[in-house]
Amino acid sequence: MSRARGDVRFCDDLVLPRALHAKLVRSPHAHARVRAVDPSRALALPGVVAVLDGGALPGAFGILPWTPDELALAHDVARFVGDAVAAVAATDERTAWEAARLVDVEYEPLPAVTTLDAAIARPDVGLGAKGRDNVSKAVDLAFGDVDGALARADVVERGDYFFEGSAHAPIETHVAAAQLDGGGLLTVWSSTQVPHYLHRELSRVLELSPARIRVIQPPVGGAFGGKSEPFGHELVVAKLALVTGRAVKILLSREEEFYVHRGRHPMRMSLTLGARRDGGLTAIDVRTDIDGGAYSSFGLVTTYYSGQLLAMPTAAETYRFSSTRYFTNKPPCGPKRGHGSVQPRFALEVALDKLAERLRLDPIELRRRNAVSPHSTSVNGMRITSCGYLECLAKVEEASGWRARRGKLGRGRGLGVASSAYISGTNYPIYPNELPQSAVQLKVDRSGVVTIFNGASEIGQGTDTLLATLVADELGLELGCVRVVSADTDLCPVDLGAYSSRGTLMNGNACLMAARAVRERLAEVASEALGCAPGRLVFARGLVCSSDDPSRSLPTDEVIRMAEARHGTLGATGWYKTPPGLGGAYRGGTIGASPAYSFTAHVAEVAVDEATGVVTVVKVWCAHDCGRALCPTLVENQIEGSVYMGVAEALFEGHQVDERGLHLGPNLLDYRIPTSLDVPDIEPFIVESHDPEGPLGAKEAGEGPLHSSIPAVANAIHDAVGVRLDALPFSPSRVREALRRRA
Amino acid sequence: MLPLPPFERLAPSTLAEVVALLEQHGDDAAVIAGGTDLLPNMKQGLLAPRRLVSVARVASLRGVQVKREAGVIRVGAMTTLDAVTRDPSLSSAARALVEAARAVGGPHHRRMGTLGGNLCLDTRCRYYNQSHFWRSALGFCLKKDGSECHVVRGGRRCVAAASNDCAAAVIALGATLGLLGPAGPRELSARDFYTADGVRNVALRPGELVTHVDVPVVEGRASAYEKLRLRGAIDFPLLSVAARADVTGGVIRDLDVVVSALAARPRRVRGAALGVGAAAADLPIDSIAEAALAECAPLANVDGDVAWRREMVPVLVTRALGRLFAGG
Repeated sequence: MSRARGDVRFCDDLVLPRALHAKLVRSPHAHARVRAVDPSRALALPGVVAVLDGGALPGAFGILPWTPDELALAHDVARFVGDAVAAVAATDERTAWEAARLVDVEYEPLPAVTTLDAAIARPDVGLGAKGRDNVSKAVDLAFGDVDGALARADVVERGDYFFEGSAHAPIETHVAAAQLDGGGLLTVWSSTQVPHYLHRELSRVLELSPARIRVIQPPVGGAFGGKSEPFGHELVVAKLALVTGRAVKILLSREEEFYVHRGRHPMRMSLTLGARRDGGLTAIDVRTDIDGGAYSSFGLVTTYYSGQLLAMPTAAETYRFSSTRYFTNKPPCGPKRGHGSVQPRFALEVALDKLAERLRLDPIELRRRNAVSPHSTSVNGMRITSCGYLECLAKVEEASGWRARRGKLGRGRGLGVASSAYISGTNYPIYPNELPQSAVQLKVDRSGVVTIFNGASEIGQGTDTLLATLVADELGLELGCVRVVSADTDLCPVDLGAYSSRGTLMNGNACLMAARAVRERLAEVASEALGCAPGRLVFARGLVCSSDDPSRSLPTDEVIRMAEARHGTLGATGWYKTPPGLGGAYRGGTIGASPAYSFTAHVAEVAVDEATGVVTVVKVWCAHDCGRALCPTLVENQIEGSVYMGVAEALFEGHQVDERGLHLGPNLLDYRIPTSLDVPDIEPFIVESHDPEGPLGAKEAGEGPLHSSIPAVANAIHDAVGVRLDALPFSPSRVREALRRRA
Repeated sequence: MLPLPPFERLAPSTLAEVVALLEQHGDDAAVIAGGTDLLPNMKQGLLAPRRLVSVARVASLRGVQVKREAGVIRVGAMTTLDAVTRDPSLSSAARALVEAARAVGGPHHRRMGTLGGNLCLDTRCRYYNQSHFWRSALGFCLKKDGSECHVVRGGRRCVAAASNDCAAAVIALGATLGLLGPAGPRELSARDFYTADGVRNVALRPGELVTHVDVPVVEGRASAYEKLRLRGAIDFPLLSVAARADVTGGVIRDLDVVVSALAARPRRVRGAALGVGAAAADLPIDSIAEAALAECAPLANVDGDVAWRREMVPVLVTRALGRLFAGG
């Protein structure tokens, strides 16, 4: 609500006395040796306080402990147009911008690779870890005899697919600020999704004890995965604060946001399906080339995710994937909503549609015949608990009028279906450890107010509201009596961050544990006072009452005071550790393992203007199995937001970089995200499968509902005009080209 | 955030003062109307006037007036695009202009942006409308700071695209622009206002500004505007077409088809003559569309596949002509 009221203060709203503004100097070359950085002209400009080059921050960093390959400021080689090589701090923002242009950097341009083909063909460019090739990570995994299954299959469906890279395009660009106090404590504010990892990397790169660093994450104005790792500019403002003794702030421009990137990887996929005549899937075989951009980021995990999350919910008897991520001289790719799995999901779901057509089977029926079951294990060893997949399919089938309308809407209008599964958090943390993944502390005040000190990051997805609702429900408090303090490393226990759709399940479980501990204390005193067994107590609407006789009740705040009188100050901690032993018994088998999986089905209706090639997504029905909807409005919002983002990628978005390494439209005029006029009518359906691992049965809802929205649109285009779109985005020129090929 | 370069804002209340200031400061000054295009361009370092002469306080530049004796509707240059879309006299006499104004940007742009501003919009190019950093990485271009054209390799003339929706409409409608400069007022047909020079594609003399647009009111006139864009709002045109027919007794007396967002100058399609003398009910739309395709070749100056933009020339011409007498 505070966002709707305009009360929220974002990171850029922070005003620190005498703060300096920082600006990064960026490489205009796609690949170049940095010969020298001469700050003298910049330092001569009145108002300029400091200039840093790569020598000031020599420590390499990265989100994964196995691949630290980034430097806050490149001091040897710049690897893409926009790579930061120096930083200036000045008394105002304009002076900082002017000074950045006065820093003289001498470059020696090097050969660059800016396409997947070039990355494969030019190993001599040597962007890989050992400089011998451009490979970032290669994964080959096979489950069962795929070749045998394909040889025996009645039908083999083979196709090539391409998923264009896309950006997160959050409305709030990256912002960070830092300040050193007189006692030597460095405070860093940042629009991050991962304050804990930022805390760790600040300590490592600045060579400063974590005890001397406090990270605060103010409310974030959109992230979508683009702020889920430490960034060079965060380290730079921190270093500038240490060097100058003054507060320093940096706000990236929209253009810089496209350089910092970490958006969805472009992927080129060759996918083969094998099936029996009855529609039973016998094999899924995928070969994927991944365009990683200049740095590793989460790339190791992305490479696994491109295959590991494809073995459900429509499953084959055998499965194989081979994925290779290549470095290119382009802005680094990373995780975007549906990390690594949205691209192959597109290929698989379109292939299933083609297979259904060849088998003369309804594509929903094909999926039904091959659906994974609740309480089963996938072919690659992932444990499935609850699974509402069939109910999701049934919902969208019915709501869209599928049987009566598909194939019968007339030329230019069509329906398409697709489905998917996603994790509710990763079972294993990014850096191996035995510690809880999420934790909260509750402070229970005698006024009747309960405060949740919560390590998790509120990035607009609603974790604060979710936790407040859990505590309010557990203790019978009005929602207004529960406060949430989030994502401040001095005040809150550690949560690993807002990524991998982990919030509801992990943070929710942690919070529920703490709330139940408090409730036990309150129940003890209330049961005595009301003469009622603790198990017969009801906590609701600010009262604790007996379920046998609701007129026997006490106000909750009174019960809190009684409990405080008996036990001293009330409070509790709660934490969440993932179940042991999940995942496959093979190298990489821990990646893709999750305590619980969500399931989604989409039906999209499109209208295709054959003269122009313009596709309009008229309506999308999306059913999502979130286990249990703790806040139904938030679940529906997540479904709507996911569909919005999916349709945007399907129709408009393309993070295109030319052969020079120049981004072809680093602004929101050329990089088109939909306006309110371009958004389809969206009808969300919540499916509840009551997962045993989730808090009160809940699973994720933030990322799953994006995946199958894109192939549903592709399949609907085929129903409308009979052409296949195997490359994204489905731009009018691509549609026209496909129509010409058909004719 | 991209900072604006420093400038002084001058806001006189009379046209005479505006002209005097423009003359006095020469290239150091620029006129600011709604500012929706000028300010982003200044942020990108495309121009850095030290003085902005605002015409916001000049009341005589605003409003729409029907001048019966002259047979025109006079639209003040500072009339907002939003006001153009809401004017009842224009919606009957100059539908193409109303549709064009409605197609500009989003609601905020149309409430800030003005007709005069749109007609004087700087040409746009994917290699030009970028930040200083981006252009420096490219090596700049001949429209600004450089000597090379990245659209036409080896090209000597800037081919940045006319991207103003209203330009094609006022040309098709045969409108006349009222200009005022140090040498006094003059009138210029909209047809002659644009040049093929992408660096500066308007025929304004130093110190001159557009004061109004006279749109003729003609009995039996129909007009329409079509815009190619990927989204329902915000986007500049990837291609645009304005069409206008004057009909007497069911016969087309005069027909104009203007195609824009090709290069710097909106193009009047010569093949429109094929429709003159035809019965309105029998307009040879296909032949005119074919002629337009032969005459118009979009360049890779704005984004969007060039072959597709070219393929859309006859489609848009057909749609514009098809709507002339369709009422809708």
